[in-house]
Amino acid sequence: MTTTPVLVAENVVKELGSGAGLVIALKGVSLELVPGELTLLMGPSGSGKTTLLSILGCIMAPTSGTLTIAGQQIAGLGPEELAKIRRDHIGFIFQSYNLFPTLNAIENVRIALDVRGITGFAATSRAEEVLRDVGLGHRLTNYPGNLSGGEQQRVAVARAIASSPDIVLADEPTAALDSENGHAVMALLSRIAKEQQRSVLAVTHDPRTLGYADRVVRIEDGKIVGEERRPEGLNAPEITDLTKRRKIHA
Amino acid sequence: MILTLAFRNLFHDRIRLAVTLIGILFSIVLVAVQLGLYLGSSRMITANIDHANADLWVTAYGAKSFEDGGLLLTDRERHQALATPGIKSVVPILVSFAEWRKPEGGSTRVVVIGSDFDDNGLVPWSLSEGTLEDIQAPDAIAVDKSYLNELGISGIGDTAQAAAGRVKVRALTEGVRSFTQSPYVYTTLNRARQLFGADADRTTFFLVKLAPGADAAQVKADLSSRLETAEVLSTEEFRDRSLKQWLFRTGAGIALIGGALLGSLVGTVIVAQTLYSSTKDHIHEFATLRALGSSAGYIHKVILAQAGLSAVIGYLLGMSIALVILYLSKGSALPLVMTPGLAFWLFALTVAMCAISALSAIMKVTKIDPATVFSR
Ligand SMILES: Nc1ncnc2c1ncn2[C@@H]1O[C@H](COP(=O)(O)OP(=O)(O)OP(=O)(O)O)[C@@H](O)[C@H]1O
Ligand SMILES: [Mg+2]
Repeated sequence: MTTTPVLVAENVVKELGSGAGLVIALKGVSLELVPGELTLLMGPSGSGKTTLLSILGCIMAPTSGTLTIAGQQIAGLGPEELAKIRRDHIGFIFQSYNLFPTLNAIENVRIALDVRGITGFAATSRAEEVLRDVGLGHRLTNYPGNLSGGEQQRVAVARAIASSPDIVLADEPTAALDSENGHAVMALLSRIAKEQQRSVLAVTHDPRTLGYADRVVRIEDGKIVGEERRPEGLNAPEITDLTKRRKIHA
Repeated sequence: MILTLAFRNLFHDRIRLAVTLIGILFSIVLVAVQLGLYLGSSRMITANIDHANADLWVTAYGAKSFEDGGLLLTDRERHQALATPGIKSVVPILVSFAEWRKPEGGSTRVVVIGSDFDDNGLVPWSLSEGTLEDIQAPDAIAVDKSYLNELGISGIGDTAQAAAGRVKVRALTEGVRSFTQSPYVYTTLNRARQLFGADADRTTFFLVKLAPGADAAQVKADLSSRLETAEVLSTEEFRDRSLKQWLFRTGAGIALIGGALLGSLVGTVIVAQTLYSSTKDHIHEFATLRALGSSAGYIHKVILAQAGLSAVIGYLLGMSIALVILYLSKGSALPLVMTPGLAFWLFALTVAMCAISALSAIMKVTKIDPATVFSR
């Protein structure tokens, strides 16, 4: 598949903390994301997954290295310009959903549209549309407190895709969910990548998620140590390890 | 959505909302009462000046207020004034503090105002009993109903002594209160002169009316240069001078304005405190908003909307209470005054107070690191 990558990170280094507490969380990471793929980022705790996700999502600036999103160089942009890149290109999904407890499902989606200047009827109907799309047509006016974890995460997914971003970034989207809901959310993310031709990158620990991946990137100690891609046409949750040339099993 | 979020944030924590509103309410009521008293005092202080029919006031040099003009002007100044081009009429009025001896014994201080009503200079207004003719009878005076008790009399027909002569109450006014708490006693010019044993041409002020079309500033300058021992003030200047004397030299106005400032300060501190803690509680949501790509301005607007909503609700509550207090103060020694202008400025003050309060909360969210969204 030869699609132009929507996100290109090259040789990204990130230092966190300072003085004696200085940690080099990323030690030269290069990564590309192409539309239509669900990529999983896996690695042990502390390996730099969240840090990488924050940098790819323009929430943190890399210490060195370059990042290009939809053809635009990110280096040297100020906080407001980075916010604009996030508005225009990126949707986020968090481990603990990060919904607004005082807003109902529709309003939680609408607020993500509101910060993008989409308001009124257009916003409401779009919010309803995406909520129906994630299977929450019957929960439109429920508050997060009255939704199950799986439902809350689906609201968060709806919020992330409402503005049709090129890239959806998810940090441990299934970690707080039971098996059934975890599967539902992964299936949703996979469908979003396929049907809507988005790049979806999900950080995960969870081996149950492997089956949904088009590609698995492994990170250890701030470095990418392997990348596996599901062979064309293969639907089973079995992925070929391209780097190590061995079969992995979900 | 900004308003929705602000509204929900506010109502999410009812107790904090109550504290916020009580803070605003408290300061609005305090400021309204202080400024209402200030306005009420100002009106009282300038009431006689405002009701006098004059374009210019001639006073003895250095007269500090309406009550404090002395008995220094004579016909000399009057004739000089009348000879000045552009002046239509010059009406003398006499104003002086005097001792009032109550019929049952004891004494108090009053301000005697002598004026010939036919001259149409200063006529007691809002007469509730008796007529202007009644006051022209020998010894006749008019006093305000509300001071009867203090003057040791019970109403029309009672007599007492003021300065050096006997006076008899023939008319009563209503709502003519005195800031100095020395009641005004209205009588004729001649009777006033007799009471003080003054020469037949002595007076405190001349009320000058200009001829139609005369240039006020020109006439004023002209008259000033003719009168060496007297001062010529516009009505406005004389009002200011009286206000300055009673509100500022005595410190009363400072106390009222100080109280108002204190009230707004306390309100600001309380609102700032609650808004800050609300922002702190919702900081994770603000970080999420930022991660979702909202501009800093969007978040500031949410906080300002919270401040603005508090301001509107607090103002409405505070104003209702202030109006009740205003109503209750009617007929007291110092009634409060509320004008549309004051109501408007109180609202502006509330909004300003809340906007300033929002600053600390805004500074807090400005420091948000959206990266914290991943670390909950
Ligand atoms: N603010 C910080 N200051 C200093 N070091 C930090 C900071 N944040 C993270 N680190 C360190 O950077 C490294 C990478 O952290 P990161 O959160 O990216 O790991 P992770 O792969 O997401 O781990 P987990 O699976 O536990 O979420 C860790 O060693 C962590 O301790
Ligand atoms: Mg992490």
